[in-house]
Amino acid sequence: MVIAVDALPAVSAAFLASFVEFVEAFTIVLAAASVAGWRAALTGAATGLAVLVVLVAGLGPLILLVPIHALQLGIGVLLLLFGMRWLRKAILRRAGLVALHDETHTFDEETRAITRQALASQRTTAAIAGITACKGVVLEGLEVVFIVLAIGSGKGLILPASLGALAAGGLVVILGLIVHKPLTRVPENALKLLVGVMLTAFGAFWVGEGLGADWPGGDLMILALAALFLALALALAQAVRPRRTASEVEP
Amino acid sequence: MKAIAAALKELFGLFVDDGSLAAGILALVAVLAALVHFGKIGATLATGLLVAGLVIVLAETVRRSARGRRD
Repeated sequence: MVIAVDALPAVSAAFLASFVEFVEAFTIVLAAASVAGWRAALTGAATGLAVLVVLVAGLGPLILLVPIHALQLGIGVLLLLFGMRWLRKAILRRAGLVALHDETHTFDEETRAITRQALASQRTTAAIAGITACKGVVLEGLEVVFIVLAIGSGKGLILPASLGALAAGGLVVILGLIVHKPLTRVPENALKLLVGVMLTAFGAFWVGEGLGADWPGGDLMILALAALFLALALALAQAVRPRRTASEVEP
Repeated sequence: MKAIAAALKELFGLFVDDGSLAAGILALVAVLAALVHFGKIGATLATGLLVAGLVIVLAETVRRSARGRRD
């Protein structure tokens, strides 16, 4: 039970972050399938998965060779770079200064890109669609792998974090099979804000541990840091939101 | 070769899209790590400064990005 409670932040952060990435990968595979059929899209996606498995099997054990403080500091910095990048963009989206992420738009863009590339090159549409699906799975999958390793490796929670990511992947596939179109009703921008907050909190926590500090309250400090960054993000979004002038206000 | 370069560029983009945000985070952590390493401050004070520094870096980057988009 203690292990389960300790692992909860890691599992939920890995689940939410991976869910967003799986939705994006699913959209790309779906676009490939709509142009060239499921056979080409699934072949590309399976190839992408195989590339990921080889990368993880090859690089994963190397992590265990790194001293724990150096690992926490290095992973913490990467998490801060990754998480605060998401957080900054999510704040600007919430403030209405950056267009909201739209899976239907991404789907249309990918579909057009596959058709355009197939026309411009000597390859068949199926080959281009397969390569696109493979590339999408590898790139989005790499983000999932990084998230799982970054969140889980600091305290030996790779397995719970992996289970969180697997559950997210399973949920996206099930939802995808049911709706058979881009998952547009997922509140992706709200999720990205939440994920940016969680990754930034984990990053700050690992950097602190890497510097040799003992956080008051131990792992619970991750939740306190997340609450701080969430409050900051909401306040910043409110502060930078463009003010409506009197002429723009409805009578 | 072109594919590898494109993949590396995508990988770099996962961590950096606003140069000043990335530079601010890296500079903050590097300075704090150096201060702790040379015994100028304790690790507990360093974590407090880390959190305060991250808040400032994020707020400043968002404020600057917002101003650039509104102008």
